[in-house]
Amino acid sequence: MNVYVAGTAMTTFGRHPEANTVELAVEAGRAALEEAGVQPEDVDTVYVGNFLGQSLHHQGVLASLVARGLGLPFVPATAVEGACASAGIALRHAVMSCRVGDARVALAIGTEQLTASPVPEVTRGLAEAMDRETDGATGLTFPGFFGLVAQAHETRYGTTREQTASVVVKNRRHGRHNPLAMFREEVTVDDVLGSRPIADPLRLYDCSPISDGAAAAVVTVDRPTTAQSAVEVLACEQASGPASISDIEDLTSFPATTSASTCAYARAGITAADLQVVELHDCFSVAEIVDCEDLGLLPRGEAGAAITDGATTFDVGKLVVNPSGGLLSRGHPVGATGLAQIHEITAQLRGTAAQQVEGAELGMAHNLGGCGASATVTILGRA
Amino acid sequence: MAATKPIPTLRGEEKVYFEEAKNGRLVYQLCRDCAQRIFYPRTVCTNCMSENLEYVASAGKGTIYSFTTLHVPGHPEFADDVPYTVVLVDLEEGVRVLADLVDCDPDDVKVGMSVEVLFEAVTEDFTVPRFRPSAQ
Ligand SMILES: [Zn+2]
Repeated sequence: MNVYVAGTAMTTFGRHPEANTVELAVEAGRAALEEAGVQPEDVDTVYVGNFLGQSLHHQGVLASLVARGLGLPFVPATAVEGACASAGIALRHAVMSCRVGDARVALAIGTEQLTASPVPEVTRGLAEAMDRETDGATGLTFPGFFGLVAQAHETRYGTTREQTASVVVKNRRHGRHNPLAMFREEVTVDDVLGSRPIADPLRLYDCSPISDGAAAAVVTVDRPTTAQSAVEVLACEQASGPASISDIEDLTSFPATTSASTCAYARAGITAADLQVVELHDCFSVAEIVDCEDLGLLPRGEAGAAITDGATTFDVGKLVVNPSGGLLSRGHPVGATGLAQIHEITAQLRGTAAQQVEGAELGMAHNLGGCGASATVTILGRA
Repeated sequence: MAATKPIPTLRGEEKVYFEEAKNGRLVYQLCRDCAQRIFYPRTVCTNCMSENLEYVASAGKGTIYSFTTLHVPGHPEFADDVPYTVVLVDLEEGVRVLADLVDCDPDDVKVGMSVEVLFEAVTEDFTVPRFRPSAQ
């Protein structure tokens, strides 16, 4: 069954210390329904992605609260958690509900409120995305995990610090044009290398910021009849990978990403070369290098050099990666990120993006959770 | 003064691992059915789902696969320790372990460096394996 993205929306990403997880979700959900031209009473099911609501705010029954907040007190509402991939997984469930004929209209929302909590509590919470009972005893942090990844990539492929920093320079440059992004200032390679060390070899600007926000997408069986061109879901796949760090055989690749993308390309009947625009999970600079290689967008071991040469830069490369500015510019409200990516790709395919990739017909979103514990890959096409 | 370090609840699959560490043994599991080496300990084989697993003590020697030195403690409990280095060690037995590196200047850490295990009691009841540069 064909399934469409009928509408998307997101709040500004950044600091919303006065707003709670539910309010943010309701704001994004309402805006997405309005954008889709869908009446609330036509929504058949709701999926809500969130990571730290229970840990930081001690709030359960999130999905029901969100549904109630949207004026949908009786529809099935389900919360899903997959760390940073929570929203991608929520979208996948909305798509599946439509594909199997259980829903004609499914609403996927991702939401996260982090900045209202003290930073040490947030960082401790984020570490819940690791195998905490074992790996957690070392004092490794998430930047630390990606520090291990960066070191491994340097050792195996000779990827340099300057190349890794070039990812930040590109994404900050793209982010200048995104009115909803948290960071909209450009940085230079020297700025990145000169920022304070966090987890060697990564520095402050190599890391996506702690942020609040929500994003949503309306998925429908009926082809949207709004004036904007319709966007079809060609694939929305999910895979798991090792959740314990010592189980990862090769730290220069995330098997969850390769697995999900292999399924997605097959389902959509396309190859990486057919894509014009990609939003991928650059939670840290080096992650974009690994993601580009895992998704088959750039040759294995060569992504650092290719990104530095502009292969994925707007107006320079044949393919544009993270035209929104990515997580590095947009911010990373953990459970909302995957749907912010869908918001951007949908806009690109409709031709309405803030920084429009000319003639974009096929786009992809890649959302990665934990230390590669899960990944979703979604391919959208202009229908 | 740093708060108490995160102490895993000593139950489930990790219990034997940490109890053995307290006895000065770094253990992994060997599947008697498919010869898979398993780390951390699990209830069933990660390769063939067999329950026929035996604990094996490692000699505790290996080389560094990757490392990172943390300048910001993600956890407030480690605030007094920065900068500290976390390493992935490939043991000679073919098992990879994530652990803290001690007795080594962060500037001297290198991939491929030989390291050996030591055991540090975090509390009276909880001991973790750590690594240091090999004596030779
Ligand atoms: Zn086995």
